Amino acid sequence: MLAPTPQGVTPERRAVQFKLANGMDAVVIPDHRAPVVTHMVWYRVGAADGPSHRSGLAHFLEHLMFKSTEKIADGAFPKIVMELGGQLNAFTSQDVTVYHERIAKEHLGQMMAMEADRMVNLRLTEEEVATERNVIIEERASRYDNSPNARLSEQMNAALYLAHPYRLPVIGWAHDIAQLSREDALSFYKRYYAPNNAILVVAGDVTPDEVRDLAVASYGKIPANPAVASRDRAKEPPHEVARRITLQDKRVANATFQRSYLTPSYATAESGAALALSLLMVIVGDGATGRLFRRLVVEDKVAAGASGGYFGGGFDSGIIQMQAVALPNRDLGDVEAAVDAVLDEVRENGVTELELNRAKRSLRAAYTFESDEQEKLAERYGRALSVGRTISEIEGWPAAISQVTTDDVKAAALTHLDIRRSVTGHLLPEITNARSAQPRQVSAP
Amino acid sequence: MKIETIKSPGGIDAWLVEEHAVPMLALRFAFDGGSMQDPVGKEGTANFLAQMLLEGAGELTATAFQDRVKDLALRIGFRSGRDALFGNIEVLTESRAEAASLLRLALMEPRFDADAVARTRQRLKVGIARAAREPDKVAAAEWDAVAFAGHPYARPIVGTLASVDAVMADDMEFYRRRAFCKRTLKVTAVGDVTAEELGQLLDEVFGDLPDDTQLPVPGAVGVLPAGRRSIIEMDVPQSVAVFGMTALARKDPDYMASVVLNFIGGGGSFSSRLMEEVRVKRGLTYGVSTSIVPMRCASILKGSVATRNHLIGTSLEVIGAEFAKMAAGDIGEDEVAKAKSAIIGSYPLAFDASAKIANQLLGLRLDGFGPEYVANRNAMVAAVTLADVKRVAAELLRPENLIVTVVGKPSLGAEHVAPQASASAA
Repeated sequence: MLAPTPQGVTPERRAVQFKLANGMDAVVIPDHRAPVVTHMVWYRVGAADGPSHRSGLAHFLEHLMFKSTEKIADGAFPKIVMELGGQLNAFTSQDVTVYHERIAKEHLGQMMAMEADRMVNLRLTEEEVATERNVIIEERASRYDNSPNARLSEQMNAALYLAHPYRLPVIGWAHDIAQLSREDALSFYKRYYAPNNAILVVAGDVTPDEVRDLAVASYGKIPANPAVASRDRAKEPPHEVARRITLQDKRVANATFQRSYLTPSYATAESGAALALSLLMVIVGDGATGRLFRRLVVEDKVAAGASGGYFGGGFDSGIIQMQAVALPNRDLGDVEAAVDAVLDEVRENGVTELELNRAKRSLRAAYTFESDEQEKLAERYGRALSVGRTISEIEGWPAAISQVTTDDVKAAALTHLDIRRSVTGHLLPEITNARSAQPRQVSAP
Repeated sequence: MKIETIKSPGGIDAWLVEEHAVPMLALRFAFDGGSMQDPVGKEGTANFLAQMLLEGAGELTATAFQDRVKDLALRIGFRSGRDALFGNIEVLTESRAEAASLLRLALMEPRFDADAVARTRQRLKVGIARAAREPDKVAAAEWDAVAFAGHPYARPIVGTLASVDAVMADDMEFYRRRAFCKRTLKVTAVGDVTAEELGQLLDEVFGDLPDDTQLPVPGAVGVLPAGRRSIIEMDVPQSVAVFGMTALARKDPDYMASVVLNFIGGGGSFSSRLMEEVRVKRGLTYGVSTSIVPMRCASILKGSVATRNHLIGTSLEVIGAEFAKMAAGDIGEDEVAKAKSAIIGSYPLAFDASAKIANQLLGLRLDGFGPEYVANRNAMVAAVTLADVKRVAAELLRPENLIVTVVGKPSLGAEHVAPQASASAA
């Protein structure tokens, strides 16, 4: 069933990139360990590209893409894929909308034909749209309205950006979702879904030539849409003050601290700052060896858990996030003070060579482990290419990580752990009066 | 893919898939036991122990141990299931020897230092307190409590706030000595390692374990209390329902027919009947799905759905009606053919990464199958007939078999309404 292969994959693999005549980009990452492929189409359009009074539109369209075309009946798309033994899904982020299938390699051509078909031939009835809108209202309830932590994150996100559309939730505000119409979806679709706004990513048991032939025969037949505009989004003004948010909810068990900083991303950072931020946040926030965990959980014993990370994949900016869950008898003020002590220390004194080398090993190993999973491998390329990064940047990442110095990390901490560009969130159990009541409520069974 | 069954010089056997394309090894193993063997009043012991295996061993304190894990860039973890305690490790080839020593230390000489125990206890209790306020977790726990009343499966794997407080270092060490032995150890390995190298690694890691600790064999669950519906009130906009019934044992001759049936009903994602009826046609939920969970002492078919409070009753009615139709024989030849095609065609997708392969193979070992299962499995699916599926549907999907738990503020007839307090104390 699985063909062993002499050449196989290595983490240093070279993906092959080409462009179709209509402007569609393509990248092929051969992985011959199993006779399967991962097929993805990445549209360079996401939630942040929709009109600000129609939050959730890109995600709404993603759902509707599973409705009908001339060739594919309503709801048949997933059934066809699954009957062939495939798996499929789609996701929407602020910057991209992505459709993907994993399937036996002999069905790759059909997947491309179907994906190409729905790139331009979608048709929607009012009834389909109305039903799917209810599905999304339920999705929002599951993901956000039922979860205090998710609601705090949503509110913090809305406060972090002063002007940029990243402030709007990808799924949309509830009142916006309720207003989304068939016309909204179709006009967005016609404006942004075109081969010259898409990237084909195929990883698996195929050669670049095979993929090129199949792509020319499917996606290659769709004309480019010259009306596709480059991304034009509101820019952030200078951030002058830190913001603070408190959410109280009776379904909160332990008081929780969160902090977000607006930072550059890999796509926007100058001279390796994003690499330094990646390493900084491994050292500060990654698991039980992170400085946050060591200080808050092991030494000060103010928190049950503490962690943080850098998310540098955005088109317009990146973000540093950290969180800590207070122990039942500890005040969030103590937790926040301990977090700030850790951050002040790293800003002042930087990190050690030992910490830096450990963090480098950890990130390079993560890259290798990621290479073992075909779907993640494909995603690695899609994510980076869709925000304008290059194959050589992607494949040179482990080597570039190795070059970062302790000075780079200290400089990144000094520049980017800037409280004025941050939001601090407190999630508290609901209380009727004194804040002293809050911790005890938590420990009750 | 070639599965080798190897035996180490010291006599420990393992399944191995050599794959040298990526310079890493994925190792999976399990010991019989799991949370089912937790002492009464000390529920959560196995889960607690699994956490403590990463909190210091031998000369290494928790901090030193975790630094070592990071230095070696290991992915290592332990967790308790109902029937077994699992370990997993992913390691780059360059660090394999050091990783083996560390793993041996974790399994054979965990320290249980007081501060590490206290820290871990706090973390576990935070998780328990949080889960007690999440409707999906509460619904799932309540379902187990109702369905398995009187059997250890009724108890939460993570324990309760009170039971975790009762678990001491001695309890975990006692559990470790009772459950970790060669007789019940099952190992699978995938990656950049030869049979000889793996044999050495197995002896180093597991060679000092006792042969057999005579862990008692658990009793079967017996008949589930069918037809129960319980509702726990929680002030959330969307109710979560967990529903399920008894299913066929893993080695039942009709097991594959039940897999096909489940795929048609609720297992087949976007192509399942429940997804079609509840989500696509009616917009009542973001997701509804079912799965078959074969365990050592019971096998169940279980699903969940989340719908806003005022409509959850409709979702449950639609699900019940769909089960009833299938039980009555309303299943098409075409549906069975498509489900079989999907189940057969998607099998290779479970084998496209080292860790996934190792997981698949460990599952087969725990279920008592040999490596030939992988080659034979699709033929077993292909042999399932419409009559088989209808027979199994008539047996399993009778509406009166259903056990349903709902958490939220649902608008539906309430046979049994418990206040929220009892949910968090459960």
